Amino acid sequence: MKNLKQSLAVSLWFIFLTFPLMVIKVNTTDQFVQWRWMNMLWVGLTIFVLSFVWRYALNRKEARQMAAMSGQDDQDKPSKIQVLFENQALRTKLLFGLLAFALVFPWVFDTYQSTIMISALIYVVLGLGLNITVGLAGLLDLGYVAFFAVGAYAYALLNYHFGLGFWTILPVGGILSCLFGVILGFPILRLRGDYLAIVTLGFGMIIKVVLENWSAFSFGPSGIANIDKPGLFGLDMDIAASTTYIYYIMIGLVILTIVVTGRLKHSRIGRAWIALREDEIACVAMGIDIARTKLSAYALGAFWAGMVGVMFAAKTTFINPASFTFMESAIILSIVVLGGMGSILGVIIGAMILILMPEYLRAFSEYRMIIFGAAMVLMMIFRPQGIISNIRQKYEFKGLKEKTDNV
Amino acid sequence: MEYFIELFLSGLTRGSIYALIALGYTMVYGIIQLINFAHGEIYMIGAFVAYIVCGVMTIYGFHGVSVLIIAGMLAIIYSCAYGYTLEKVAYRPLRGAPRLSPLISAIGMSIFLQNYVLLAQTSDFLPFPALIPDFEFMEPVAHIIGSAELVILITTLVTMILLTLLIKYTKIGKAMRATQQDMSMARLVGINVDQVISVTFIIGSALAAIGGVLVASYIGQVNFYIGFLAGVKAFTAAVLGGIGSVPGAVIGGLVLGLTESFAAGYISSDYEDVFAFGLLVLILILRPSGIMGRTTKQKV
Repeated sequence: MKNLKQSLAVSLWFIFLTFPLMVIKVNTTDQFVQWRWMNMLWVGLTIFVLSFVWRYALNRKEARQMAAMSGQDDQDKPSKIQVLFENQALRTKLLFGLLAFALVFPWVFDTYQSTIMISALIYVVLGLGLNITVGLAGLLDLGYVAFFAVGAYAYALLNYHFGLGFWTILPVGGILSCLFGVILGFPILRLRGDYLAIVTLGFGMIIKVVLENWSAFSFGPSGIANIDKPGLFGLDMDIAASTTYIYYIMIGLVILTIVVTGRLKHSRIGRAWIALREDEIACVAMGIDIARTKLSAYALGAFWAGMVGVMFAAKTTFINPASFTFMESAIILSIVVLGGMGSILGVIIGAMILILMPEYLRAFSEYRMIIFGAAMVLMMIFRPQGIISNIRQKYEFKGLKEKTDNV
Repeated sequence: MEYFIELFLSGLTRGSIYALIALGYTMVYGIIQLINFAHGEIYMIGAFVAYIVCGVMTIYGFHGVSVLIIAGMLAIIYSCAYGYTLEKVAYRPLRGAPRLSPLISAIGMSIFLQNYVLLAQTSDFLPFPALIPDFEFMEPVAHIIGSAELVILITTLVTMILLTLLIKYTKIGKAMRATQQDMSMARLVGINVDQVISVTFIIGSALAAIGGVLVASYIGQVNFYIGFLAGVKAFTAAVLGGIGSVPGAVIGGLVLGLTESFAAGYISSDYEDVFAFGLLVLILILRPSGIMGRTTKQKV
């Protein structure tokens, strides 16, 4: 009964809150007011139901925290998917299955599907790149799309002015982005987390403003068209063939990214990143060079964005500054956050869900950003570790016990 | 010389708006060390509510100052309500979580609120009626400073004085300062910290709403996206002045406004934003704690 009253109060409060925006719509040209009373009813009902769910979820979260405090720690317990992936034999089978599916994909489905898949794969690489900066090193980067833009413009401009090909620029774009990452990284080395976020956001906006206004350099808001598609030994390809070709390049790039970031994660530098994320002061005390660690996190994160930026320009054959807004950065960030910060598998699944869902559910695409926003908030409150949480590698002395048994 | 004064005054106007919004950031940051990323959206909602109220009232035949006052009041009330709810829903459950979590939650909330207004209303730029009348006594200097600018300057000044008095002399102001210094200690001496945080959000939102109504009426249009850039700029101002410091936010806002105005007037208006962020980066390199901020040692 108490709950019922509370929920009623909450829904009344939200009816009040949403009243001017949801119910009233002013039409100033025709001078009349449109009253949308139905919306009020919907808001009331939805909030009423949601408040029950909200309360239940909060209680559950609290209970779980209590359990964790009293020693029954199930936080580190791997989820079902992780257990599945721990199983070595099954994992190889699963991976081969996935790979086979990825390889035959363009032959089974049509060009349209391949195009969608390519953009999803682009976001997979972007997510994995940002995962290095945000997920591993804990440096929140809100201007990540700037690196993407650097790669895309590097290809577009070098191709336009010097006629350089895709394969030449692919590494060049990556390295150029890398350089930008270092340039951005230097001044903000001394800053803590939240300042960092704002400076990166500013950097992203500066790049966009410059691209929009410096017409002599970037052709301004109208962008650059007729960028060459990637060539294959000078073969002439129709649209379907070249889409398939780009698709395979993308698959290769994704696999490369997965392998490299996976190896990086467990390398010396990867461990330094994680240490940096957990506690900066302790990290310095352990003798880790903060400047180098932070710069490498930015540079390596930016590298992938640059590479895939070249890919993006080659795929769409047309770029303009409108493709590189803050919203893109936000989408990439939500991929990392929703998928699970630091977790490679999580980021891949996150990218697939976030990019493919609005493509296949067209009705849903209008509500895409509002759902992303809400999901980011809810994820942080109820499941901060993401869809698939990152498992820490643990080292156990398996031999030790046997030895002591023998003695 | 006249051009210089004109630029100076328009910079001051712009800067005082930034200062109004920056105060919300700085106060919230001072207490819970969170960049309230959705603060710009509160400002936008304030402007939108004012727009809707104005629209409805003009259609039902009201005119003049009454519209301005009622629209302003409702905008403030709604912004406060949104600010309060925002804190309750998105930040309170995250108290004690790692620092990145509430920040991401704030970004999520910002995206959510923007799209909520976009879906509930429209994505078009809507014409905002000029609520501030042209005063007759301003005629002789109208080419340098308009009536709207004068009203903005005076309103900001009065608001700032009220805010300073509130923080310095009232009980809640004292509680706010105590919470800012040491949250757990404040709790020990019997301050209801949750309430103080709520009040801080409400005050910040009210200031943002005032800024929103003034800007919308000055520029003459509203859109669901105006909060984003204003929020980022205001945050820049807060950092510039030294985040957490109330006079710092005002000074930061004015410095930012003047810089933008002069850069736009003498160099190029296309790169206004670049100068603003360039200034931010420069300040952060040279003096990371901002103009008025104190450097605090980080302790383990």
